[in-house]
Amino acid sequence: MQKSLHLDPAKCTGCLQCELACSYEKLGEFNPSRSLIRVFTFHFEGRFAPYTCTQCDEAWCQRACPVDAITMDLATGAKVVNDDKCVGCKVCTISCPFGTVNYVQETGKVAKCDLCGGDPECAKSCPTGAITFIDANLTGYERMQAYAEKSLPSAEASA
Amino acid sequence: MRHIIIGAGPSGVVAAETLRKADPAAEIYLIGDEPEPPYSRMAIPYFLVKKVTEEGTYLRNASHYAEQEIAYISQHVSSVDTQAKQLGLADGSSLPYDKLLIATGSYPVAPPIPGIDLPNVHSCWTLEDARQIASLAHEGANVVLMGAGFIGCIILESLKMRGVNLSVVEMGDRMVPRMMDEKAGGLLKKWCIEKGVNVLTSTKITAITEVGDEDGSGMSVALDNGDSLPADLVITATGVKSNIAFLEGSGIETKDGIVVDDYLQTSVADVYASGDVAQGKDLSTGEYHVQAIQPTAVDHGRIAALNMAGKQVKHHGNINMNVLDTLGLISHSFGLWMGVDGGDSVEIYNPDLYKYLNLRFGVDDQADILVGASTLGMTQHIGVIRGLIESKTHLKDWKAHLMQDPTRIMEAYLASTQVLDNIV
Repeated sequence: MQKSLHLDPAKCTGCLQCELACSYEKLGEFNPSRSLIRVFTFHFEGRFAPYTCTQCDEAWCQRACPVDAITMDLATGAKVVNDDKCVGCKVCTISCPFGTVNYVQETGKVAKCDLCGGDPECAKSCPTGAITFIDANLTGYERMQAYAEKSLPSAEASA
Repeated sequence: MRHIIIGAGPSGVVAAETLRKADPAAEIYLIGDEPEPPYSRMAIPYFLVKKVTEEGTYLRNASHYAEQEIAYISQHVSSVDTQAKQLGLADGSSLPYDKLLIATGSYPVAPPIPGIDLPNVHSCWTLEDARQIASLAHEGANVVLMGAGFIGCIILESLKMRGVNLSVVEMGDRMVPRMMDEKAGGLLKKWCIEKGVNVLTSTKITAITEVGDEDGSGMSVALDNGDSLPADLVITATGVKSNIAFLEGSGIETKDGIVVDDYLQTSVADVYASGDVAQGKDLSTGEYHVQAIQPTAVDHGRIAALNMAGKQVKHHGNINMNVLDTLGLISHSFGLWMGVDGGDSVEIYNPDLYKYLNLRFGVDDQADILVGASTLGMTQHIGVIRGLIESKTHLKDWKAHLMQDPTRIMEAYLASTQVLDNIV
């Protein structure tokens, strides 16, 4: 059964442990500025929202890549950046309408969530259950994706 | 059913793959006229600095086309007979089609000045051009880059990294005039000068002459201000035009590019066009013109292919957008970055830090909709600008927040879309 990240802003306290866990897993250092999941702050409502890639089916980033550097991990469904192929042209960063592929100046390549190969550290580190990794059918991701895709004209026509 | 795609750039390759998915039993031909496997021009700057090998510029790996049962033909198409539904190839043979996609892209144009045909004057468009440039742009060589548009700026970094003495000559009043306003273009110029590039704006090259110094490679580049620059290599990056000459007499309507409808079909039935050669719909203006950008090319390729496979999929349009990395200074432009009459805008401008962000909003019932943006020195969550413009999301209260702090674009997106449904 395919699993996906379920993000529940209502449960997020803004503790940023997910950002620490993500950066530690990916870089071996605590560097939230390079975390692939980010917690956004809403001062006006006193709320927080964790957000990262939703691993779209027809992924804009993947299609826009001119050198086939973004491919799907068949085991997890994650869209993964292959560092040895990425030339750093950044076209995927403007193509992703959710803003979840970022260029990293230090590496000269782009980075995005790859679900940690099927065992995402952000979910494991979240103390309040705001980030969970569960059966894809239950996450509401489909609903989110459907909403987003409906609102984006260039998304019509999933083959 | 036989589908033929002319042009093996990103649009053609994505179209071939989409056709394979949508019409598994069809015959699919992909025709390219360069002596290489399908590759990406976008990757050429990275090839020039040896970040990737030639193979690293290929759109797909070598076995991909055979695996997908896409027949790749390396041939120049010299004519299209839309009555007989067949192509004339350069070797004299002909090839019949049921559905045809023209994805022939564009070619570089250079101004007709004296000396433009000299052997060490090159465009930077094909892999072969890149090989020539790589052989001439050695450390300490004098290189003059003609044009500081998008392509000029993209190769500027590679040239600088090769250690050449670089001059850039742009006839517009600023760098990248078609993607940046005065502030962004001005900052970019300052940045390049600080990095040791000789940047001349509002300047034209009037002639290139061989001066025949000892090694015989020297040229002199004359400028309209009376000065001249020494050059071992001149690179022209002065714009491109659609590859449509071979369509003469085919009955396919062309203007700047190929005229298409909202299904990317041309004026002739069963003939489609996509990518840099097609005048597709611009989502921002509703007008039809050539955008010549990678994301549009691949969207076109996919939608054209689905229609060729009989799926009736409408193309709603693409916004124009670009990303540019000039010697490490990253810039973006999206949609109506120059703004609309009467629309609000907000900007952050910090020349000392090379930071610039300008958001543009619509008017009347679109006053809280983002219609365009430009940035300098930003890399995080940038794609969300595309998402907000394309989805025409009403930002409501978040417009006022953005007018206070335009950097909070990602928060505006999250708060205005489905993600926070369950908390507000």
